[in-house]
Amino acid sequence: MNYLDQFQDRNVVRGLADRIAQLTAGRAAPMTFMEVCGTHTMAISRYGIRSILPSQVRLISGPGCPVCVTPNSYIDRAVAMCRIPGIIITTFGDMMRVPGSSSSLMEQRAKGADIRTVYSPLDAMALAAKNRDRQVVFLGVGFETTAPAIAGSILTAARQGLDNYFVLASHKVMPKPMEILAADPELKIDGYICPAHVSAIIGGNAYRPLVENQHVPCVVTGFEPTDIMQGVEMLVRQVLEGVSRVEIQYSRVVSWDGNKKAQEIIAQVFTPCDAQWRGMGTIPGTGLEINDAYAAFDAQKAIPVEVEELQEHAGCLCGEILKGKIAPSDCPLFGTTCTPEAPVGACMVSSEGSCAAAYKYMN
Amino acid sequence: MDHDLILLGHGSGGRLSHQLLDELIIPSLSGISVAGQNDAAVIAHDSGRLAFTTDSYVVDPIFFPGGNIGDLAVNGTVNDLAMMGATPRYISVGLIIEEGFSKKELAVILSAMREAADLAGVQIVTGDTKVVPKGKADRIFINTSGIGLFDHDLRINGCAARPGDKIIINGTIGDHGICVLATREGLDLQTVIESDTAALNGLVTELLKEGEALHVLRDPTRGGVATTLKEIAVQSGVTIKLQEADLPLKDAVKGVCAILGLDPLHVANEGKLLAIVAPEAAERVLERMRNHPCGVDAAIIGEVTQVSAGAVQMETTIGGLRAIDMLSGEQLPRIC
Repeated sequence: MNYLDQFQDRNVVRGLADRIAQLTAGRAAPMTFMEVCGTHTMAISRYGIRSILPSQVRLISGPGCPVCVTPNSYIDRAVAMCRIPGIIITTFGDMMRVPGSSSSLMEQRAKGADIRTVYSPLDAMALAAKNRDRQVVFLGVGFETTAPAIAGSILTAARQGLDNYFVLASHKVMPKPMEILAADPELKIDGYICPAHVSAIIGGNAYRPLVENQHVPCVVTGFEPTDIMQGVEMLVRQVLEGVSRVEIQYSRVVSWDGNKKAQEIIAQVFTPCDAQWRGMGTIPGTGLEINDAYAAFDAQKAIPVEVEELQEHAGCLCGEILKGKIAPSDCPLFGTTCTPEAPVGACMVSSEGSCAAAYKYMN
Repeated sequence: MDHDLILLGHGSGGRLSHQLLDELIIPSLSGISVAGQNDAAVIAHDSGRLAFTTDSYVVDPIFFPGGNIGDLAVNGTVNDLAMMGATPRYISVGLIIEEGFSKKELAVILSAMREAADLAGVQIVTGDTKVVPKGKADRIFINTSGIGLFDHDLRINGCAARPGDKIIINGTIGDHGICVLATREGLDLQTVIESDTAALNGLVTELLKEGEALHVLRDPTRGGVATTLKEIAVQSGVTIKLQEADLPLKDAVKGVCAILGLDPLHVANEGKLLAIVAPEAAERVLERMRNHPCGVDAAIIGEVTQVSAGAVQMETTIGGLRAIDMLSGEQLPRIC
């Protein structure tokens, strides 16, 4: 048995499921717990966790998939940029298929644009070093998890004088959107399965204002099945005791203070800004933009382009799905006009999107 | 969106490939659907039945641990014939070479083809060579076609799975796809993952001894085990249920898949076959596989549960239930 197998142990999971069932037995109204991390969305679907939880526990997905919350206007800017002769766009694979107002990066690549999938901003930097006569733009989306590595790549590029490397940044930060959703009377969230990787950076203490202002239980939870089941059990216990506090289930990785070094690097390169979230509109202070000291690496400032007029996709309910207000299958486009092959909304595109998870594992 | 464009995903072997086949290729070339959704066409002629198949190889990189584009091209076509229960006999080779390619490298590829053909007991009988200007192809592409003959009357094809049947695989899944990916992307792993490329006709000969109990044979190449089983489920009109805990998987492959977010069930294999057999024959088939060099890690991974419109489910390691679907979009372009 290897390290990973221990966290997927069938008997441990079964034991936790039995305990959750005992604790919630006889309750009329289900407890609703929201996760706000694409990896949790996928793990819950992939292992079939909903199928082993009692009906008194309902798991819903929030705005945790970075590709999904990225607005159309960002895709449109990337599409406009990739049409500049000689430019190389580098991106994590999931961004390729997201439809913008009228096109996607995948379509532009098929038409001849130089767009390459990379696994890390360091790969993009290496490409810039190898092609000094070309501008290389990395599409920097994500939460606090990817921000430090991207900030690090900018710092390295600055040190090496790599003046043909740029980042088109659209970073977002937690936990403020969680506070907005917790205050939404329509949603009635009974507890948060807090993100694992984001929390490794920001630390468990970051959720204290959320708990104090909204009185909602928060448990920082790992990604393996035993982690998720234990995180759910901890949330159930808080609800039954009528308390709300921050707890860390994923203590083998997450500390109360988080990763100080990563926080410093983010602060060195980025500055907080207002951010547009698909479905949630503009939320003050929830974005990160490249600060003035590193403006030379900011693609938005350094490479001006004319961006087409924004068009939202008619009938797409990604926004409501990202807020947890409806399930993917409640959207009239789900599985009919919107499929992974011909996605209308971002939630069907990203491998971490709620709709993609629902389509892939349950249809 | 512009729907006129061919996308990389149309070559993935998954859902988009099926769409292109169904909507454009098969209707335009009426007559080729004799292959149905099987690996090779089976054609009746005066002196019996004949299996015929073709496949093109564009793998990048052309050399990888465990093989190269040459033996891959021979084994792939041999396997497509073998999956119909035919004995592979004759192979053609079409080479498309980029100007400036090395003769030494070509010699290595050709000798791998010869060796693979000898091992599989097939003859390379005809071929063609084209050279295109630099930049108009990537190093070398190879097409192979093959003819196989039948020495039995068994009808092995994707329509023959029925409730109660067991699903058996001859070894670990995802090795080829992860090997090519790791080599191409320069992933620095502690162990070398080798491609499983191999001719499976010898193993099939063993399995054919089970006669009528052998219902379906299919090699899970592009699109992986998930796509192949979904195709069979739809063709046969049944539900297939897998046991995740029983899937043979190398630790290194499992690790790379976990890091990169790939599902090993969607990753390509080049030396694997799925056998769907009557329940009473399952243990014997497993034994036959394990006694053959191509099947030492063989395992029973699931069963056909019921008649349906065609579905695949899996009981996960923790006892949950989820659906399995075809590969969607492009996972790893140029894997074979």
